[in-house]
Amino acid sequence: MSRAPAAAHSPSQHTSTDRQMAPTITLEGVGKSYSGTSVLRGVSLSIVPGEIHALLGENGAGKSTLLKILGGVISADEGTVRFGGREVRVGSPREAIDLGVSLIAQELALVPQRTVLENIFLGRWDNVAGFSRDGADRSAAAWIIDELGFDLCLDDLVSTLSLGQAQQLEIVKALARGSKVLCLDEPTAALGEQDTQNLLKVLRRLASQGTTVIIVSHFLDEALGLADRMTVLRDGEHITTDTTQGYTPRDVVALMVGREVGSLSASPDPVPTDAAVVLDVEHLSNTRITSITLQVRAGEIVGLAGLMGSGRSETLMAIAGADRSSAGRISVSGTPLKRSSLRAAMRAGVALIPESRKEQGLVLGRGVGDNVALPSLRRRQVFGWIQRGRERETVSTAITSVDIRGRVEHVSVGELSGGNQQKVLFAKWLVEAPRVLLIDEPTRGVDIAAKANIHHLIIELARRGTAVIVASSDLEEVLSLSHRLLVLRQGAVAAEFGRGAPANDVMTAAFL
Amino acid sequence: MHTPTAPQSAAPAPADGPDRPRPAVESHRAARRPRLPFDLKDFGVLGGLLAIIVFLSVSTSTFLTQQNLVNVLDQTVVIGLLAVGATICIISGVFDLSASANLAISAIAGVYFTQHFGVALGFVLALITGAALGAITGSIIVFTRVHSFIGSLATSIIFRGIAVVLTGGAIVAPLASQSEAFRVWTSPVVGGITAGTVLFVVAIVVFGLLLARTTYGRRVYAVGGNIEAARLGGVRTGLMHISAFAISGLCAAAAGMVLASRAGSAQPAMATGYELTAIAAVVIGGTSIMGGTGAVWRTAVGVVLLTIIANGFNLLGWNTTYQQVVTGGLILVAVAADSLIFQRLKRK
Repeated sequence: MSRAPAAAHSPSQHTSTDRQMAPTITLEGVGKSYSGTSVLRGVSLSIVPGEIHALLGENGAGKSTLLKILGGVISADEGTVRFGGREVRVGSPREAIDLGVSLIAQELALVPQRTVLENIFLGRWDNVAGFSRDGADRSAAAWIIDELGFDLCLDDLVSTLSLGQAQQLEIVKALARGSKVLCLDEPTAALGEQDTQNLLKVLRRLASQGTTVIIVSHFLDEALGLADRMTVLRDGEHITTDTTQGYTPRDVVALMVGREVGSLSASPDPVPTDAAVVLDVEHLSNTRITSITLQVRAGEIVGLAGLMGSGRSETLMAIAGADRSSAGRISVSGTPLKRSSLRAAMRAGVALIPESRKEQGLVLGRGVGDNVALPSLRRRQVFGWIQRGRERETVSTAITSVDIRGRVEHVSVGELSGGNQQKVLFAKWLVEAPRVLLIDEPTRGVDIAAKANIHHLIIELARRGTAVIVASSDLEEVLSLSHRLLVLRQGAVAAEFGRGAPANDVMTAAFL
Repeated sequence: MHTPTAPQSAAPAPADGPDRPRPAVESHRAARRPRLPFDLKDFGVLGGLLAIIVFLSVSTSTFLTQQNLVNVLDQTVVIGLLAVGATICIISGVFDLSASANLAISAIAGVYFTQHFGVALGFVLALITGAALGAITGSIIVFTRVHSFIGSLATSIIFRGIAVVLTGGAIVAPLASQSEAFRVWTSPVVGGITAGTVLFVVAIVVFGLLLARTTYGRRVYAVGGNIEAARLGGVRTGLMHISAFAISGLCAAAAGMVLASRAGSAQPAMATGYELTAIAAVVIGGTSIMGGTGAVWRTAVGVVLLTIIANGFNLLGWNTTYQQVVTGGLILVAVAADSLIFQRLKRK
């Protein structure tokens, strides 16, 4: 049992002395909300020592939130969390470490410029009066690495490691802290086949030695193969906790979706049968996408679905010329576009509403008016001089058309609510009615009212003849908005569905 | 105790655009309130400047004399011109540390051009030299993607070296017959105000309008505020940065010619370190070092503020050592206010 590496290590550095067994973790009625929006409700489950437990669900189902609660990064608003019978309210990573819990997030928390050894004991190096004395650290780390059969050299710089090795390093780091509960968020998402298999093997081995492993994964095959038990979440609700035996990925998808889609949202008007093809993309490829071919007719809304990292945003960025593409052809209304040229695409009437309004979409410190006017500045100028009267008119028309209330022209965008910021982003690209509108995550982080508004806006634009592509991680959204749906997987189109396709089938195409 | 009271009141207001002063706080209330053409909070720097002016007018008999005011304005010119260029660079999100080296090279080139082509053409050619050198610095930074701070530091060292090579380390002066005409920028125009001061005012107006009223200006703000959003909005971001450096070079050359005109000569080590004073003036005026917000008028206020503080120490007979303490304090107050505002925006 006492495989704890700390035994080989200076004991004074470790706060937790009780490290024989992982604690049994019991959750009762756990819930969490962010600014009034509930993202997790009534989760009750219990995870026994040495168990591998998978948290499964769609994007936004609340599985990462639950993992973070277990990993001690955030604390629950409701309910109780018990570790080995003792109620805990974990408020900081520090306390979680003391409890023997480590969370390994998707974004690894390593210092790339320093060595593997330094990273393993980050901040807790063995020392004498502040002078480092890495002998003990070294032997403890080497012992864990050996034990797990990892391919890590203590003196390598972290920046030279592969992603798989960095992932291994995170696990070593957790074990060196004496962690008996490992929480991993999508650990294999960025790994190749070999690294994935190695990682899964190590996780099984750790579990067999008494470490509890809690894992979030999009890959259902992999999760079902690895985990002893699973918890399925849907829209923040706890659907079931059960052993994984006897479940196929299909069964799990049914649990994850489990609802009829499209009842609440507005649906688009049918595309006229004689509508011409406006956007024609053939075999578009770059480092992130492979041979994307698609056509969008005037008035048609095409949805792009797929898991995180499946190439949704990358496809839109490449079509808009914002990312380089290495091969392929794009034409708008029959006229070929210069490849990888954002400005050529803009001139041809292609507008891109990017995924992140803060990072890519808006200049937060500037006024709403300035932001809305930016892409079409040259329409309202005489020798570079801005015609301010015309600009005011244009901006106020655009703002009205996206239903932003109040006199906001001069308010800086950073002061607006998320919903209104998103509407400003739309207004910016509607000043000159685009022929092709590419929308990435149309309603991320906006409230329900603004969401409905934006959906109506998209449908209205299509009705007026714009060719629209909507990419979203919200499956319900793309299902209800689009005439046709393309499912992407690893940068390529994996499946195509017509309107009214069952959500289960779409999910299956994305996950399997 | 030589502790001037002015700095506290000189804390800059939220940085904002020139033509639409807006409160950065409580916008919802502001939207409903009867709208003033400007918001008082936005003019904190100006308030600070006025307070110092009032204080000096009352406490000294010499401050409000024509001679003193003419002098103060003339003293703002060189730093002021550099600061106008720096304003455009900083708003667009880059720093030009090569400005004063560019100033030296352009002034030296200006003197040589003057020897060959006369005073007027010499001045114009100096400006062209400055703009071209700025564009080169900008291109290097844009194409190598080196951080502008380091890139322009490197070119500034190169420029100083070239200046020494050009002159052989000596002082260069226009021909004896030209020396009178060469002093044109020191000559009084109206009410004793020098031609150099007029040049500075012209630069403030021209570049102020360029930023506030043209599509170019809008793009400068957009690039500095969010370069990715600007790129996705069709702005040629590299071109914006190159042109910002070119404008900085142009302003530096103008400053160089004024300085050379005063001294009657130019030399490789002239104006060393002035670029930092210029950046300080920009920041004190309330332009954000994060880019994306600020205005030329703010820089003008910042420069005048710095100059008047120096003038005040002289007139009051205070130990000028404390002047540095005050200037440093002002910069800290300005930057702290700016970064607090920036953080608040980010959090939203």
